Amino acid sequence: MIDRIIGRIKRVNGPVIEVMGITDAEMFELVRVGEENLIGELIKLEKDSAVIQVYEDTTGIAPHDPVYGAGMPLSVELGPGMIGTIYDGIQRPLEAIRAISDIYIQRGISVPSLDRQKRWHFVPTARAGDTVSGGAVLGTVQETENLQHKILVPPGDEGVLESIVAEGDYTVDEPIGVLKINESKSKELQLMHRWPIRVQRPTRRRLPLEIPLITGQRVIDALFPVAKGGTVSIPGGFGTGKTMTQQAVAKWCDADLIVYIGCGERGNEITDVLAEFPSLIDPRTGRSLMERTILIANTSNMPVSAREASIYTGITIAEYFRDQGCHVAIMADSTSRWAEALRELSGRMEEMPAEEGFPAYLPTKIAEFYERAGSMEALCGQNGSVSIIGAVSPPGGDFSEPVTQHTKRFIRCFWALDRNLANARHYPAISWLDSYSEYLSSMTAWWEQEVGPQWFADRTEIMELLHREIRLQQVVKLVGPDALPDTQRFILEVCTLFKNAFLQQNAFDKIDAYSTVQKQAKMMHIIATYWRRGSEAIKSGATLMKLKKMKVYQDIVKMKFSVPNDDLSGLDKIEARLERAMDQVEALHA
Amino acid sequence: MPDAKNSRLLSGREYIGVDKIDGPLIFVRKTHPVGYRELLECVDKNGHVRLGIVLESSTTAVVAQVFEGTSGLTLPGTRVRFSGEPLTLSVSREMLGRVFDGLGRPIDGGPPQRGDVERDINGMAINPTARQYPRDFVQTGISVIDGMNTLIRGQKLPIFSGNGLPHNELAAQIARQAKIRGTATEFAVVFAAMGVKHDVAQFFVRSFEESGVLDNVALFLSLADDPSIERLITPRTALTLAEHLAFTEDMHVLVIMTDMTNYCESLREISTIRGEIPSRKGYPGYLYSDLAELYERSGMIKGRPGSITLLPILTMPNDDISHPVPDLTGYITEGQIVFERDMNGRGIYPPVAGLPSLSRLMKDGIGQGMTREDHPHLASQLFAAYSYVKDVRNLASVIGEEELTPLDHDYLEFGKQFEQRFVSQRKDEDRSIEQTLDLGWEVLRTLPVEELHRVTDEEIEKYYGA
Repeated sequence: MIDRIIGRIKRVNGPVIEVMGITDAEMFELVRVGEENLIGELIKLEKDSAVIQVYEDTTGIAPHDPVYGAGMPLSVELGPGMIGTIYDGIQRPLEAIRAISDIYIQRGISVPSLDRQKRWHFVPTARAGDTVSGGAVLGTVQETENLQHKILVPPGDEGVLESIVAEGDYTVDEPIGVLKINESKSKELQLMHRWPIRVQRPTRRRLPLEIPLITGQRVIDALFPVAKGGTVSIPGGFGTGKTMTQQAVAKWCDADLIVYIGCGERGNEITDVLAEFPSLIDPRTGRSLMERTILIANTSNMPVSAREASIYTGITIAEYFRDQGCHVAIMADSTSRWAEALRELSGRMEEMPAEEGFPAYLPTKIAEFYERAGSMEALCGQNGSVSIIGAVSPPGGDFSEPVTQHTKRFIRCFWALDRNLANARHYPAISWLDSYSEYLSSMTAWWEQEVGPQWFADRTEIMELLHREIRLQQVVKLVGPDALPDTQRFILEVCTLFKNAFLQQNAFDKIDAYSTVQKQAKMMHIIATYWRRGSEAIKSGATLMKLKKMKVYQDIVKMKFSVPNDDLSGLDKIEARLERAMDQVEALHA
Repeated sequence: MPDAKNSRLLSGREYIGVDKIDGPLIFVRKTHPVGYRELLECVDKNGHVRLGIVLESSTTAVVAQVFEGTSGLTLPGTRVRFSGEPLTLSVSREMLGRVFDGLGRPIDGGPPQRGDVERDINGMAINPTARQYPRDFVQTGISVIDGMNTLIRGQKLPIFSGNGLPHNELAAQIARQAKIRGTATEFAVVFAAMGVKHDVAQFFVRSFEESGVLDNVALFLSLADDPSIERLITPRTALTLAEHLAFTEDMHVLVIMTDMTNYCESLREISTIRGEIPSRKGYPGYLYSDLAELYERSGMIKGRPGSITLLPILTMPNDDISHPVPDLTGYITEGQIVFERDMNGRGIYPPVAGLPSLSRLMKDGIGQGMTREDHPHLASQLFAAYSYVKDVRNLASVIGEEELTPLDHDYLEFGKQFEQRFVSQRKDEDRSIEQTLDLGWEVLRTLPVEELHRVTDEEIEKYYGA
């Protein structure tokens, strides 16, 4: 297919190549460069010359080398066989590459994204003679135990289904039916179809965001919840736990599918996911986590232009599953590396820079990416969502830099990671002062239905305490804690308890790694009760020491480790004991 | 017009005269099609040969950097030959025990090096699916590292230091004492010096000599008085040998690279001369990717017994950890050992700052069956307590020590003991992991038992004592 020479190389500067003698090339066309067939994409056209970004190392490429055009834009293959697979930034399966080129990734390797040999059991649901349009369901493939893969008519196509195959086993590129578009034109349908990565897939309409994406992480679900279809940014300097937080969310959140994009990050982090996810069990389905995960790995030492593409590859795959009615969560780690790739390519094209060398179109690109998230009514009539959780790596941990600032304009939930918390090994190091969630008010109804009306009151009260604590801490820094009256010292005490017993969560502990919403609500209620009853007791004359020395206090500190998610009776016992202990204290001072 | 296929045949052709010389860069016009990153030989009027590499190639001109500098080159008198190949290093096991310059040529007066294989010094990206996640605990014998920031075989763990701090001593001590317990494995050290002083290189040579491992060490020296451009190649030649030793010869290789700040400055120099758009502090926008290409060459591979453990040393300009060099390094490496000038001033060696230091791979390499079952909780408890010590010290500096609560006094005492007994040790002191952990519990005993939130009751009973 690729034998049409569209031009010859004029200039090589790293991954950016200028081509001369262009006759018929299209914007964003997929191209192959030189004898080694390096994959590239045409990103600029001017008269008879063009600029190409190459997704592989360009060592040895010389002027006058030929450039071949594929006649189609850079696309991903969408169909059964993606689940549990690890791809590079342009959807080449890394396992298959390894089978060819051993431990290193050699250049110019061409492997299909979806396995052409594997046969899938297809059950048709549409019938010959049906009038179908893009996004309609033709039939299903049971891809994993829990995921029924719906085979869709490619969006944009419409017509009468002339024929469809019977139930049976088919490969992804075998014909499964014929779509008659009009009198003169018909199109063969397959289990897979292609979609250009830079084009958003169409849907019927956007839906309001009302259901939270439950992550099992208490600081997130209880304080700064994200909606299914929402957008989150996690900024933090190095070592503050961006990757750890994303991995925890990827492991425990209640999405149907996770697309994990390792964009310009460490190779070992991807290896860690590969080693750990298959052995972890999804608490909702009882199946391996790898059965709901797709990995896109473009590590920091892999070509920088493929890093730019990896984000789009990931979101296009996510949109495809959303179109089948799935709730998909994307982890993009890290969007800063993607922005830096844009900067590097822009610099090599000698474009005029804006802030800190980033191109002026950076905010537009960030906005385009985050706007592809959302809760949608898909073309097939079902509801699905894509949530984006993007890490940002601000240089020097300074949130005023361009990527963090522009990202903040287009997201609605902000989990700011705090260096001081990370230094004290308080994980997740999500700051309760700088973070926010605009989804909170629309989530409240769901929470109240799920765990009762108490939840919102408890949360509001504790958030208020955390803010009062900051002001008190400033006083303490000047005069020491002894100068405060017991009523105010008790606030400090309760906040410390809340941080230790609730906000801190040990990702490596079997029980604590994940908390159900019921457990979260009860835990929060116990601490709120300790505060309410305790401050009453202090007003009536009890001492702070007395409250702290209560036996139940130690139980509260350790309840996150001691009470398992599937049996919360332990929390009820702790609450009863707390009430009793408080009754006793009050009786003494009555 | 020459066809691309012929360019390999034309590569022997020699061009007389260059069109422009700017710093370490030369510009040659009207050449045959020259490949990106191709190696070239540049012969000056005295016949002396210098190596260079193509940075940019177009139909009109080639831009190349000359490693040994351009001093003495003339526009008409310089002859240029393109090799048609990227820069390669001929590597073999025999290179251990030898000393090379930054480009991999012997400078120890020994015979010229003949390798088994030619390898492109730029290396290739390791397929993430081929990597083996590193888990083997390396005992360095240094408490603050073993106990709090554990080094794992195959890890990349930099030392963030400052001028005048004992980073060389610590690196040498790690190289001397590092061992995997219970195994006898073949090991090698590859040492790359970029722009460091002669006496620093001497210090390492002497230290390797004294511990009798010099035969297992290969040194690549591009010292302070060598052309700065050579430093850009030095870590690549060193890592190319390391890759060969680790993944072909199955050895465990420790790579020490010092000083990465000098490397980054050379990169900035070239970028500025080429007129590239700078990002922060004049460093090029691709500094992150460039450093990642080096650091990511470390690690372990499935099914191969060898490993590359990387210990880069960098001096933070003005002790500023948010400077682009340490900042970007920290985003790539798996943790960092950060030095603190204040601790060094108080005579604590190694002056490792407790809180900003971190080992990301520690979580999977410690605990039951690897170090000791109490290690994860103990380390977490020490971090938490030491973090509180910092708050208490700040408070004490405002309101005075006398005004502190009795509990805060306990914490002050803990901080003192932690720094002077746990962190501090002699430069030849090799503590076993058990000694380190026991010492950790010993200093924890300065705190009342109610303060220990991060250890279990069983651990308290077994190690804290009544």
